[in-house]
Amino acid sequence: MSEHARPAPIAAPFWTPGVLVLTALMGIAAIFIAARFAGGLAAVTNLKQSHPWGLWIGIDVATGVALAAGGFTTAALAHIFGRHHYEAVTRPALLTAMLGYTFVSVGLFVDIGRSWAIWKPLVFWQPNSVLFEVAMCVVIYLHVLYIEFIPAAAERFGEKIKILGTLNRVLDKVMWVFIIAGVVLSCMHQSGLGSLMLIAPTKVHPLWYTPILPLLFLLSAIAVGYPMVVFETAIATTSLNLEDEMQILNPLTRVTVFLLGLYMAVKITDMAVRGTYSYLFDGSVQSRAFLTEMIAGVIVPWVMLLFPGVRRSRRWLFISCAMIVLGVALNRINVFLVSYSPPHATQSYFPSIGEIAVTAGLISGIIFFYRVAVTFLPVLSARPREVKP
Amino acid sequence: MQITRRSLFKIMGAAGGLSAIGSRAAAAENTSDDDYGCLADVGRCIGCRKCEMACSKVNALPPAQTSFEDMTVFDRNRRPDEAAFTVVNRYFSSRADERGQPVPAYIKVQCMHCLHPACASACITGALKKQENGAVTYNPSRCIGCRYCMIACPFQIPAYEFSDPLTPRVRKCTFCFENISKQGGLPGCAAICPVEALTFGTRSELLKIAHQRISEAPLEYVQKVYGEHEVGGTSWLYISKVPFEKLGLYPLPEKEIPHLTETIQHSIFAYMWAPITLFGILAGAMRFFNPQQMSGKPSQIQTEKEV
Ligand code: SF4
Ligand code: SF4
Ligand code: SF4
Repeated sequence: MSEHARPAPIAAPFWTPGVLVLTALMGIAAIFIAARFAGGLAAVTNLKQSHPWGLWIGIDVATGVALAAGGFTTAALAHIFGRHHYEAVTRPALLTAMLGYTFVSVGLFVDIGRSWAIWKPLVFWQPNSVLFEVAMCVVIYLHVLYIEFIPAAAERFGEKIKILGTLNRVLDKVMWVFIIAGVVLSCMHQSGLGSLMLIAPTKVHPLWYTPILPLLFLLSAIAVGYPMVVFETAIATTSLNLEDEMQILNPLTRVTVFLLGLYMAVKITDMAVRGTYSYLFDGSVQSRAFLTEMIAGVIVPWVMLLFPGVRRSRRWLFISCAMIVLGVALNRINVFLVSYSPPHATQSYFPSIGEIAVTAGLISGIIFFYRVAVTFLPVLSARPREVKP
Repeated sequence: MQITRRSLFKIMGAAGGLSAIGSRAAAAENTSDDDYGCLADVGRCIGCRKCEMACSKVNALPPAQTSFEDMTVFDRNRRPDEAAFTVVNRYFSSRADERGQPVPAYIKVQCMHCLHPACASACITGALKKQENGAVTYNPSRCIGCRYCMIACPFQIPAYEFSDPLTPRVRKCTFCFENISKQGGLPGCAAICPVEALTFGTRSELLKIAHQRISEAPLEYVQKVYGEHEVGGTSWLYISKVPFEKLGLYPLPEKEIPHLTETIQHSIFAYMWAPITLFGILAGAMRFFNPQQMSGKPSQIQTEKEV
């Protein structure tokens, strides 16, 4: 196993065609966001009285939070359980989480009707509300993430910006508190997100409505953490032409076999206990969405990862991890949107062009700022690939 | 599903002790037999739409698109929305009159003012609140526009001003809170109803009247008061000669809708025991597996030494 370099800024040209595409997508999203603040949600979205939540909640918020789970799972592995071997992927995972949560907040800001009132839950507490709990955790966790990222910024700019350097030294002593707090907060709101829809027992399809939904959300967030790290590291190292980090990523996926297997087992047991398999093959949109989520997003990639050959192959590892990531994303979309069938709805909901454009823009934003951060800050440890003969 | 849920609570037993106290306290809050309610007798309603008109006036709602005398609106099933807190819908039952024409049944739809309102339990800031007199009211100055109340309401009642860019409100029947707070005040709709299809009073009185009316005409009325037990009880009650589910009043669980979420919230967050315990366990793990981290030496350097 090779020694790992310390994280360092990447010396690669910034304005590549890919980055230009990202910028364009962000620009288009900005136009639709402007339209939303000029004409209201109705001007841009397909939201209706029967379907008050749409793509922005399903993807920008719920999926965003789930896929940012790599931040706390790698932190737990490397910093709490002392598996220093994984040190190299903690920073990129932390960066993704930080950007992910930042954009979750941006998405929420655009989605809520009274954006300017977004601070009000901090003052008017309502502890019966699951949403209140989730919001508080997300706000605190976002700050924790920024604090955890200070060492990376200080390493680079600590000399120039004195405060940053001092802050970093002070934080050094207490960083462990923030690391653990980050994991605790994550467990709380990842599961809290699963409790959200439990307030609508008569509207959420029985395939997803289970009292253990919070547990399933937590388990799936933990399970998707490492595949997400593999997924994004593979994309980043390929597009930045860095040497791949297979020797780190490979063992991560052995953990995944266990974690994803646990999620799968609990989910299938829950289905058996509640007898909801009777809905599996009724041909409805919901049954098909559920089958896709379970088969393509959980069972197939899990079986694939059982094979050492898959875990050793860069391509197959990437494919199986991508399937897990998309599977969890589909699960969140299913729980928040597909499963939602209000009794008096006359129409169903499908996202508008504007909603899709804003979501695409926000995702582009995450990738764009990831690119900015790895270019200027010591995040990635991978070194440029040696030119192959 | 019910059974599973119940057994889950049994499993959660230990924690359940705490939670039961929590949710019982929440349940008892603000509800008593003297709460106001309103009894809607579908058997009496003639579909004149006067209540819609009165509601619009009392609540200063934007002018309706079609006149309140226009009866063609019945051709389509309507829902209350941001411009109308109540609507009357027409359903044709299987009953026929002497000439063989199907008999229409008219039903007024509005907020049910639940005894344990899901909307208020869900609301992130407490903008929705069950008042002591029974009304579930909305305070726009607290609202952030998350629309979680709309997700939560089992009757699909709260509507949203999606077209307002900056200060959209949640809109729903207020139970004419200001009016009924006054001595002898009536909700606009109940005051105007020409056939006394709407009766305003305390919920316990209304339940008595309702049971009396249905038991006096057992062959005509469905022997059930809708809203007596649904979702833990509602302040608005319905009796009908046509099966309720044919009127869009679907069967609902008797358990309060917020029961599960509030139980989870209260059992996990009572004295913050769960987060604190988890923190303790993780701190113990870190002490054991990675003590350098705790003493403030960044593990990065440590890795290098190791290698
Ligand atoms: S009917 Fe809906 S809006 Fe009205 S009190 Fe009940 S939950 Fe709230
Ligand atoms: S939209 Fe307003 S009233 Fe409804 S839950 Fe959100 S903050 Fe509360
Ligand atoms: S109680 Fe008042 S607000 Fe509610 S439907 Fe009647 S008139 Fe309208």
